[in-house]
Amino acid sequence: MSAKSDDTMMLTTPFHSRVKEACGLNCWGNWMGYTTPNAYEDVELEYFAVRSTTGVFDLTPMNKYRVSGPDAEAYLNRLVTRDVSKIRVGRVGYTVWCDDAGQVMDDGTIFHLAENDYRICAYARAIDWFNWAALGFDVSIEDETAEVAALAVQGPTSCATLLAMGLEGLDQLKPFGLTEFEFEGETLMVSRTGFTGDLGYELWIAPHKAEALWDRLFEAGRPFIIRPFGTDALEMARIEAGFLQAGVDFMPAEEAVRNGRSRSPFELGLGWLVDLDKPVFNGRRALLREQAEGSRYRFAILDVDGNKPAQHSFILKGGKQVGTVTSAAWCPTAKTNVAFAQIEMPHGAVGEELVAEIYYQRELHWTRVLAPCKVIESPVFNPGRRRATPPAGF
Amino acid sequence: MKKYDAIVIGAGHNGLTNAAYLAKAGLNVAVLERNAYIGGATVSRELHKGWTYTNCSYVCSLLRPEIARDLELPRHGLQVVPYGGGVTFKRDGGYYGNYYDHNRQYREMARHSKRDANAYERYTADVMKQTRLIRPFLLKRPPDPTSLKLRDLRDLTEFAGSFMEMGEEGLADTLKFWTKSVGDFLDEYFETDVIKAHLGGTGVIGTALGVYSPGTAYVLLHHYMGDVDGNVGSWGFARGGMGAVSGALAKSLLGYGGEIICDADVDQIVVKGGKVTGVALKNGDEIHADVVVSNLDPKRTFLDVMDAKDLPADVVRKAQNFKIRGSSGKLNIALDGLPTFNGLDKSSPLMLGDMHFSDSLQRLERAYDDWKDGTWSKDPYVDMLIPTQTDPTMAPPGKHMMTVFVQYAPPKIRGGEWTAEDKAGFEKSVIDQIAAQSPDFKDLILHCETRTPKEIEAEVGLTEGNIFQGELTFDQLLFNRPFPGYAQYRGPVGGMYMCGSGTHPGGGVMAAPGANAAREILNDLRQPNIVPGGYADD
Repeated sequence: MSAKSDDTMMLTTPFHSRVKEACGLNCWGNWMGYTTPNAYEDVELEYFAVRSTTGVFDLTPMNKYRVSGPDAEAYLNRLVTRDVSKIRVGRVGYTVWCDDAGQVMDDGTIFHLAENDYRICAYARAIDWFNWAALGFDVSIEDETAEVAALAVQGPTSCATLLAMGLEGLDQLKPFGLTEFEFEGETLMVSRTGFTGDLGYELWIAPHKAEALWDRLFEAGRPFIIRPFGTDALEMARIEAGFLQAGVDFMPAEEAVRNGRSRSPFELGLGWLVDLDKPVFNGRRALLREQAEGSRYRFAILDVDGNKPAQHSFILKGGKQVGTVTSAAWCPTAKTNVAFAQIEMPHGAVGEELVAEIYYQRELHWTRVLAPCKVIESPVFNPGRRRATPPAGF
Repeated sequence: MKKYDAIVIGAGHNGLTNAAYLAKAGLNVAVLERNAYIGGATVSRELHKGWTYTNCSYVCSLLRPEIARDLELPRHGLQVVPYGGGVTFKRDGGYYGNYYDHNRQYREMARHSKRDANAYERYTADVMKQTRLIRPFLLKRPPDPTSLKLRDLRDLTEFAGSFMEMGEEGLADTLKFWTKSVGDFLDEYFETDVIKAHLGGTGVIGTALGVYSPGTAYVLLHHYMGDVDGNVGSWGFARGGMGAVSGALAKSLLGYGGEIICDADVDQIVVKGGKVTGVALKNGDEIHADVVVSNLDPKRTFLDVMDAKDLPADVVRKAQNFKIRGSSGKLNIALDGLPTFNGLDKSSPLMLGDMHFSDSLQRLERAYDDWKDGTWSKDPYVDMLIPTQTDPTMAPPGKHMMTVFVQYAPPKIRGGEWTAEDKAGFEKSVIDQIAAQSPDFKDLILHCETRTPKEIEAEVGLTEGNIFQGELTFDQLLFNRPFPGYAQYRGPVGGMYMCGSGTHPGGGVMAAPGANAAREILNDLRQPNIVPGGYADD
């Protein structure tokens, strides 16, 4: 270790030797202190690997927390908005968790590994809040981010690839299911989950088997056209699929400094994750109040005219500003110009026609367009293969 | 006897687009297709079990995104996947490749000539200036310069405006582009033979001209004016082959209540009292409609399915003189595995794109000499792609499908029909050229569909097998396409229209002629305009 290097330097994931070799563009980003590729070879090529063949994404830096102990289920039911008792062993559930003001702290997935044994994947670091919220519960909460290496294997041939790798019976795994295989003496956990909106799986393994897993996966995937993808391609895929990104589409409540900058689940279009029938959970009282009195904002997916992405746009109604765009992209598969917006109530209902004030630059020259847009009901990309069990070959 | 509001002849991509818009506007529309399957030259067929060929057209860039979005083609199953890469193999064992990344591309070019690598930036900017001029007119009818109608004057003014904005140099460049040869044009930028040959091939694709024939610079431009997801000049594959384009258009059309009737071979467009009344089929059936739209090329339209006595003599003569010369053929090959190419790693991104073996403009010109001599090129120019490197749907896992566009191949061999020996000789010239750079290629061939202009004409109906429905030379573009006076999609007979690639803005799987024609038809029927205009580039 050089004099300048210590444990606070940028980290690399257990796949780094392979990632580095594949990263022809040498185009790196920083994800929670880990060196991760923004792109390997070409963003579009990578995006289309996810949409047409198989794309592989190193998601090791994702914060992972192990929640176990006699009160684990009771604790999680108190922590998150969903009814965790409905997530059976071997299943995964998407959820949000709120502070006492009913404001979303983060979204994430809960993996029910065994009776009273869970893993939570989260965007934001949450060990402090998770421990704080655990007062009075008999649970242990551990940060296992560095102890679990993870790959997302996404795309229409992902199942065929994993079957070819020897994961027999994986085609029977239903969406949001999880299962285990033996891999070179270690346990390989596979969940049918992902952040691309396509058919896809996530692979979880001990770090010392990471490189071996990568090698076997790419060897098996060659006939099925496998390719690694970076965060830029993931960004295109998740917008097309209608997935929110913490820190982009909402401010994690704990990080918000200015009053009114955080959002409730209802305001993010995530009301379906809130189970008010549960007697107690963090934020319930505030959310009940909001339900009675109305929300301040509405999350809207906009179909924007033209082909200029409405990034950072104001949303207007009758010339007056009623909202702002948080994410926007031209979606290459859906061939639609999509934007996620936070719209002030009562605007933003499905079908409402609004105007996006878009600024874009061509050769250092800025232009403004007022593009008509319409609030649409559902994400623009939602293929049947995402849900089919067993999935087709491609 | 069934009566429709409109009949479209030919279920190629433009016919389907045209019909989809008419149906969307509420018209009762039927598309009549001679073959048992739809698509015309936008077709995917399984001719070897387990392999899907993209039999005619094979790549996609010009397809207007405005139309794809408006007709909801993605929802109907169309996915266009862009490809990068591309390589020209040199006779001496080296190659010139085309990389996705700009700076990687620079370094690859600099390997051959640092000056060329730098000049490429000037070249790109100059080409883009010209695409900027043309692109806004793709989804518009070409303005008639002699008309005093408001719409024509407005469009002409807009055109003149963007023309003038380019300045004197830009104007000179425009004229150069429309009149020069692609060889002369490239000579102004580059010094390396293989780079010129790699770029110059697109100047003659589908055209019975050589790289040093005047007018071919425009053909190069025609191949740059498309885009995939806004990246002007990019090309892509339709997942599942080009049949996915016609398949999605057909679903869209059916969704709007239109009909497609296959095995309906039109004998004649029936004209009474200077107006169309429908069509007569070869089987004797008659189908009535007040509007008949021909998606056939101008020669087939005016010299085959229309009776000369129903037409002005002037139109018949113009159709006779219309330039639509066959110049190309196609090989579709089922491969048992991915071939090895000299000097390239199998995982090289260069192989994902268009591959060629003509490493100088001289070789390209010599290939044209054979065509002039009335025979296929002994050392042909090929535009070869292996889409199964990114498309998992067209061959079994680990196997591949290769599409090889071949230039030149004349419609007749020294005045006579193609014989089986001629066809075999044509096929051999292509396979030998590929095998010269790929030691395992021949052993991997499982099946090969070879199409000379004769087969293309017989199966698709394109006169002489000309892929663009008429050459893309300046005398046959804009208000001259197909002929002056008839460039706004209206035929010489009441209720008769044209919507094929023989009309503006020309060939390639663009769907713009079909959409533009629908706009004119709806306008004549005093229906609201539902056909989208083009997205602005800036």
